[in-house]
Parts: sequence; C-alpha cells; structure tokens
Amino acid sequence: MLRGPGVVTAHIGVVTFPGSLDDRDAARAIEIAGADAVPLWHGEADLRGVDAVILPGGFSYGDYLRAGAISRFAPVMGRVIEAANSGMPVLGICNGFQVLCESHLLPGAMIRNAHLHFVCRDQGLTVENSGTAWTRAFTQGQRITIPIKNQDGQYMADARTLDEVEAEGRVVFRYAGGNPNGSARDIAGVTNAVGNVVGLMPHPEHAVEPGFGPDSVEGGRTGTDGLGFFRSALETLMAKA
Amino acid sequence: MTSSQSGGSTSASADQAPIDTVANAAATPDQEQPYAELGLKDHEYATIRDILGRRPTAAELAMYSVMWSEHCSYKSSKPHLKQFGEKMTDAMRKHLMVGIGENAGVVDIGDGWAVTFKVESHNHPSYVEPYQGAATGVGGIVRDILSMGARPIAVMDELRFGDIDHPDTARVVHGVVAGVGGYGNCLGLPNIGGGALFDASYQGNPLVDALCVGAMRHEDLHLASASGVGNKVVLYGARTGGDGIGGVSVLASETFDEGGPAKRPSVQVGDPFAEKVLIECTLDLFKAGVVEGIQDLGGAGLSCATSELASAGEGGMRVTLDLVPLRDPTLRAEEILMSESQERMMAVVRPDKLKAFQAITDRWDVEIAVLGEVTDSGRLVIEYRGEVVVDVPPRTVAHDCPVYDRPYTRPAWMDDIQADSASSLKLPEDGEALKETTIALMGSPNLASREWVTAQYDRYVQGNTAMARPDTVGVVRVDEETGRGVAIATRANDRYTKLDPYEGARQAVAAAYRAVAVAGAEPLAVTDCLNFGSPEDPDSMWQFAEAVRGMADACRDLSVPVTGGNVSLYNGTGEPGRVDSSINPTPLVGMLGVLDDVARATPSGWRESGLGIYLLGTTRAELDGSRFAELSGHLGGRPPVVDLEAEAALAGALVAASREGLVGAAREVAEGGLAAAVALGALRYGVGARITLDEVATRDDLTVAEAWLSESQGRAIVAVEPMGEPRFVEMCAERWVLAARIGETSGSGAIEVEGQFTLPLGVLRVAWEAPLQERFGS
Repeated sequence: MLRGPGVVTAHIGVVTFPGSLDDRDAARAIEIAGADAVPLWHGEADLRGVDAVILPGGFSYGDYLRAGAISRFAPVMGRVIEAANSGMPVLGICNGFQVLCESHLLPGAMIRNAHLHFVCRDQGLTVENSGTAWTRAFTQGQRITIPIKNQDGQYMADARTLDEVEAEGRVVFRYAGGNPNGSARDIAGVTNAVGNVVGLMPHPEHAVEPGFGPDSVEGGRTGTDGLGFFRSALETLMAKA
Repeated sequence: MTSSQSGGSTSASADQAPIDTVANAAATPDQEQPYAELGLKDHEYATIRDILGRRPTAAELAMYSVMWSEHCSYKSSKPHLKQFGEKMTDAMRKHLMVGIGENAGVVDIGDGWAVTFKVESHNHPSYVEPYQGAATGVGGIVRDILSMGARPIAVMDELRFGDIDHPDTARVVHGVVAGVGGYGNCLGLPNIGGGALFDASYQGNPLVDALCVGAMRHEDLHLASASGVGNKVVLYGARTGGDGIGGVSVLASETFDEGGPAKRPSVQVGDPFAEKVLIECTLDLFKAGVVEGIQDLGGAGLSCATSELASAGEGGMRVTLDLVPLRDPTLRAEEILMSESQERMMAVVRPDKLKAFQAITDRWDVEIAVLGEVTDSGRLVIEYRGEVVVDVPPRTVAHDCPVYDRPYTRPAWMDDIQADSASSLKLPEDGEALKETTIALMGSPNLASREWVTAQYDRYVQGNTAMARPDTVGVVRVDEETGRGVAIATRANDRYTKLDPYEGARQAVAAAYRAVAVAGAEPLAVTDCLNFGSPEDPDSMWQFAEAVRGMADACRDLSVPVTGGNVSLYNGTGEPGRVDSSINPTPLVGMLGVLDDVARATPSGWRESGLGIYLLGTTRAELDGSRFAELSGHLGGRPPVVDLEAEAALAGALVAASREGLVGAAREVAEGGLAAAVALGALRYGVGARITLDEVATRDDLTVAEAWLSESQGRAIVAVEPMGEPRFVEMCAERWVLAARIGETSGSGAIEVEGQFTLPLGVLRVAWEAPLQERFGS
C-alpha cells in the first residue's frame, strides 16, 4: 500500500505501559506495513482517534505480580476494552496477550514456562484461523516462523474453556516444531468470538524486516512472516472504510 | 543465600544513637576508629587525618574507605594503566570523543553518530549470590552508558565458571545466567553475544563481565560534573535501602552499641523494572535539556556520586542527607552514604529548570529529592539532623587515593609450566582418530554450543540486531535510515595468558580485532576488563603488569585506543606463590567496529554448496594452551605467536573483500583451530564442507593433524562464490595475505576431510549440543 501526502491510510495505536519493551518495534512494524503508528500512553484514557490498537510486549510494571495484572487497570485500558467490544481490531503481543487475558477480552491465562527459563527462539507456528482481523493475509494451515521470547508464556485454561475455544475455531495459532513453553494443546494465540481481538505469545513485530528477523530458507535473519499481521489489519480497516 | 531486608524493629536505638559530627571529631581526636576493618592501612588512615587536620567522622571514614578501595580507586593498577594513555598515538585519537576517566568512552562512528561502550566486572557478588550479583552487574554498566547521554542499545556478557562437573558450578551457572537474562530481558536490551567458559581455576571465583553499548547523536553527549554555583543536586530513582552496605556495617557495630539493625546483605538487589523506567525517564530529561550533568549511582553509592560530581565541577557541594528517600528508616548517616541500592541517578539541575525536570519524572512516576546545591567552597559538606557530618575536599575522596607501585616478580613456577609443552601429547595418527578427536573437541565444554545459555537472552528487542548468537560477533544497527551500525566482539584466552601474560593479552586484542574484521567491520576502539588475582601477591601482580603492557602495546600496534574499562583484582583464594593461587589471568578485550551498513555483515556460516573455502594466514605447529591440549587436561608450553602486522593485513583483506561483496561467509580460526572453524561454519546452517589439508600441511611443513588442530593466530576461513574467487585471491595477494583454497562447501551434510574421514553433521551436532544441555537441563 502506498503512503505519502494525501494518501489515506489506517492509524494504529501502540500503548506504552511502564515496562513496555517492544512498543517502538511494534510502531516500526506498523510503518513498514504501510500504516500510521500512533503512540498511546497508559495513563491517558484516550485512543487519539486510532482505527486499531496494539498492546506490545515487555514486562509492564515488572510483571512482579501476575503478568499483565496491573496494566489491565491502566486508564487507557478502559477505552481499549470499550473499543474492542465495539469491534475495533486489537492485537496483544506477549505481555499484551497477557493484558488481554487479564482484561477478559480473551479466554485463559499465562503461567511460568514449564521449564521455568526465559526462552528466546525462532518459533514455527501453524495458522489455524485465517479469518480474524489480524490473520486474513495468511492462508489456513500456513506454516510461519515468528520469534518467541518470554518467561510467562505457558497458555492455560480449564478443559471446558479449551474445548469451547477449539470448537468455535478461536485457536488462531498453534506451535509447530516443538512447544516452547508447555502451553495447553500447543496453543500460541487465540481470538475472541468476533475475531477482532487476537492475542499471541510470539512477536510478529520482530519478523518484518530482512536482516533483523528470524532465520528463514532465504538465509540468516531474513524471515518477514510477521508482516502478515499488520497487513491483515490494514486490509481489514480498508475493507471497512 | 536470601537477601531479605532486616526489619525496622530496632529503629529506636538508631534514632537515639549519637551522631559523629565534624565538631565531635575535632573534639575527640583520640577516639579509636575501625579503619582497619574497613580495609584502610595505617598510613592511609594517617593520610586522611592529614588531609582533614583532624580525625575523620564515621561518615567521612566510610566515604574514604570505600572510595579508596581497590575497586573504586585503582590504587594498585593505576601506575600500569597509564600506559594506555602514554602509548596512544594521534591516529588512535582520531575517532575518540571521550577517553579513559569518564563513565564510559565515546567513539565517533560517522554520520554524526557516536557510540559509547564499556565492560565491567561483577565477579565477587556473583559468587556469593549469583542471580543478584549478575543482574546488578548488568544494571550497573547500563547506567554508566546512560549517564553519558546515550540510549543503551545492546548488552553482552562474558562468563567464566569453575569445572563444569564440580558440584557447585551448576548453582553459579543457573543463577548467573538467569540473572543476566532476567535483568537484561526486562530492560529491553538485546543480548548480542559474549561467552561462557569453564575452567577449574574459576571455582569459587566466577567471572561475570557485562558490556553495554549505547548510541547518541554527537550533540547529545553529556559529561558528569556539578557545574554552576547554585544549581540543584537532585537524587532520583529508587529509594535508598540497606543493600550493598557490606563492610561498612562494622562502623555501626564498632562505633556504636550492639543494638543496631542486624547484619546487612552485602550483595545489592536489582529491580530491572525500576531501571527500565529510569532509562526512559533519563533519556527524556536529556532530550528536554533540563540537566547540566548526570551521574549514576553504583559502587560506593552517594559517596561516589557526590564526590565525583563535585570534584569534576566547581569543586563544592552542600547536601542534606535527611532528604534522601529511604526504604529503611533505620539507616545511619554513613550507611545512607555507602548504600549501593540500585536504580538511582544523581542530576545537577538549574533552579529555573527544576519544574520541567519534575514534570518529566512525574510522568514516569519516578521519585526525586532535591538534596542540596553546587557551591564554590571547594568542600563537599554533608549535613545530617542539623549537624555537619562530612566536610572534605571532594577531590581527596574521589581522586587522591594513595597509589601503589606494588612489587611484582615473574613467578617461580613459570619456567616449569613453559617447559611442559603440549608436544608431549599424542596426536591423532589416522583419519579415524582425527574424526574422533574432532567430535570430542566440539563436544568439550569450552567449544560446545552455548544455546542453553543464550536461549535465555532476548536478542530481538529493539529490532536492530543484525547478528547475535550463534554468530561470534554481535552486530546492531544504529541508524535505521542508512543501516550504519556497530560490531562488537569480546575475547580473552585465559589459558594463553596463564602461559605468558604479555602474549596472552596481545592475543586477546588481536583476536577481538580479527573477529570484528571477519564480520566485515572496521575495528575502531577497545574497552577492557582486567580480571586478575591479588595485587599483594607478586606473582599475580606480575601477570597483571605483563598483561597491561601487552595490551597497551597491541592497541598501539593495531592503532585502536582503549577508551575505558574496569579492573577486578583479588580473584584468587589459594595460598600465594603457588601455580594455582589465583584464577587464570583473564584480560578481556571488547572491540568495537563500525559498518556503514549492517546488511553487509558477513555471515558466520555458509548457506549454500559450491563456494570455495579459503584458509587465510600461516599455520604453525602451535598446540600449547589449545583446546586440543585441554582435552587431556594439559596446560603448558608457550602460547601461539601473535604477529600484529599479519593481523592488520588479514583484517584489511577481510574488510575490503566484504565491501566488494566477495565474502559469502567467514570465520576466525581460533580456539579449536581449523577443526572448530570448519565445524561451526558448517553447523551454522547445516551445510557441509569438503576439505583437503595436504597442500596446506606441505606448504607450512605440518602433519595433517597439526594443520587441523593448531591454534595459530592471524587466520580466518572464508567461503567465496566461484565467480569472485579470482578477485578474492588477487586482493589477498595485494595485501601479502597467504590464501590457500582448502576445499568447498558441499550439500553432502557432512564434513569430509580428503583421505582422512567423513563426519556427518548430525553426529557432530549431537555431540556439540550435549554438554551444557545435559548438565544444566532443558
């Protein structure tokens, strides 16, 4: 999609909480995908007119309590929850996924990785639902590689919730080539009933630029599978407009 | 060990305790003081009395004792370290914006960008409490970089542990790795490299050397000084607690009654979240132009920050200690001055900018306290409860520590150890034996995969990492528009340095220089971390003196300035005079190189078959101190010869070939020799290699095993596209670099050494990945 003076594009907000780490990276990914990145501040109950919101990775408030448990009460989150409930595309990456679960916008919760270590690696994922606002640029069953890096990434929910989520096709990604953290049923990401809110542990914003992404068949650090997330949002928003 | 804070139940006695004021000190000249327990010698204490014209107060004694410690004052190392300045040429100053003496050196990397980088040790705390020791080591070096006005952009860590199979090693490994990761990951700094090695000499004395690099525009450079009379002295960040007080607790127990708080933990406790907020807040403060100078609080806490800021500025400062926000109200004046509580900074702020300053700290929910102001009195005056408890010339605290020319002599055991050459070891005699040796070598603890360690570090955050593990050099982009960036390599070979400290230090410089050039970057500057035994032991002092001389000579010969660093002495627990009294001397070199575009950084392994593999440089039969010798537990002889002219020529060829796009992949040939270089080049992307050793062996007059295992310096292997081979060979010849075509990359999935063996990469990978994984878990 073209950008420049006079070219209409989507505005995607990125929330910075104290302890957010990948906020500038998410903003960079948005710009690379051709949209406009708008910084949002945790302490301001204002979405500044954005069309979509990303809650980025990091250790908000240090994650000394449950990951995401404090951020969920930030002033900006009231607005995010309202907007999500009225259909705005919202993506939670890693810590952002944890915040979405704590906000009850997504089912389940994350606990400490099964092996108890922080893990950083290039992670294979299978796209299980290419119908959400953030995955429509992918094909069903597509295998992609996205870096993962977290300490509290083990996705958990009671069996009934998991069955429901599965039955409704709300598992968006599953780990492929090894489960890095012990997540239930290899679940890496889920969506809400409508498909506008998506959360996942891996970091798509770190697979958008050749030379700085995961290893791919093209060569070292050339993987750009993450671009699909941001292009999907753009397509979703442009289709609406 | 736990590091819980002692409770506040004894605060009543602290409140009632008499305060040792300046007036009291003048009135009671004969009161005995526990200076010896604080580490001060008789004559040092006498010097302090001379400076002040009276006995020091308890608070002053605490300040002098910690600022005059080896760690803060460099009193034993200074006479040697000055060589880094003396041997610096004008050519070396060309890119140097700030040299030794500031919080960190600053280097001009072009296009208006400057980079600041430094490595620092946190060895002793990491043995006592591995997680917090390592975590706060990372935190401390990051604040040094931040205080220069730079945004920290990456960290690296060089770790040394005891014998991999010693029962205590796992405790230290788990704690240190989790600590480095836990702190760095939570700060949002990519970890782009380093090392983790094992040797029995580090048992009870692990090394944790953390490096941080930061970037800024030239105009954003800030130096720490308290200038401008009337400017406010502001402490901001975390509250001050009882952590890291350590030795100073003797003041409480000796000077005052026994009813004081219980013994304090001597290891600091880190809060990376607080530091992350502090980083963003400080960068906003710099950007808004509301600070005159900023100093981080690290070792020696407020004592260090106030005395260094004051002596670098107008020379005077007046501070009220009661205003320091405390998280433990029972702390005494001298404890507040000594506390090494983490995540604190001190700023000098013009009164008219204080409001703007506070608006920024409020936005980040960072607590501040205006402690006092800059004066032109030439004195650092500290008040507590309405009384003056410190009144000293700040320079005498920060800079005028007595300096020692410690005696040193070549250890008696050097002759024996140098005479015990590895030539006594049996070399593999046929292809099968050579294959088994290759597998054993790659599966030995010091050549095995570090994946278990590095998988615990975030290498992606900030989105600018062009190279990190398992590549041997870290590369980060600085300018997102042009791709300009830096490459950093850290190197130290403790085994070579044990055999010959002068040569070992030269080798460390050469190896780091070569590594940066292998990545295609122009080497620019050095930071160093000198880890040695006790300066009071003439043997280890000799190792130190020799190593510094070697490092300074090598830096001069390769024209790369030392910009700053750190010295860690007293790394030894053995009886002096023995061959194993101290750790293997470990002069760590961090080399910074610049790349006009990080996209050009040379991959450390080949991705396709059919590339020509060239060995650059000359191989000699050099196995003393090698990883091959280590397989038999052997350490003796003379380390490999270091020829710095050859290194410079090699680096020139590597950088030029990279610029012309001729290099498909390259690796330094270093520890583990050609065997390790070929193995790791193949394992990187799982593409094999067919190698012929006969020609090189004949040319250099070696056996095949020597050609494969020798650790001769000044060598690299380079994989070159067939089309580019003639030009590549020509470029090497122009620079007088020997280039031998020793084979090609192959799709066979194996390393085949002609006439010797075929080793499937799958077999090699299993051996290579096992050692750390098996011992330290999933």
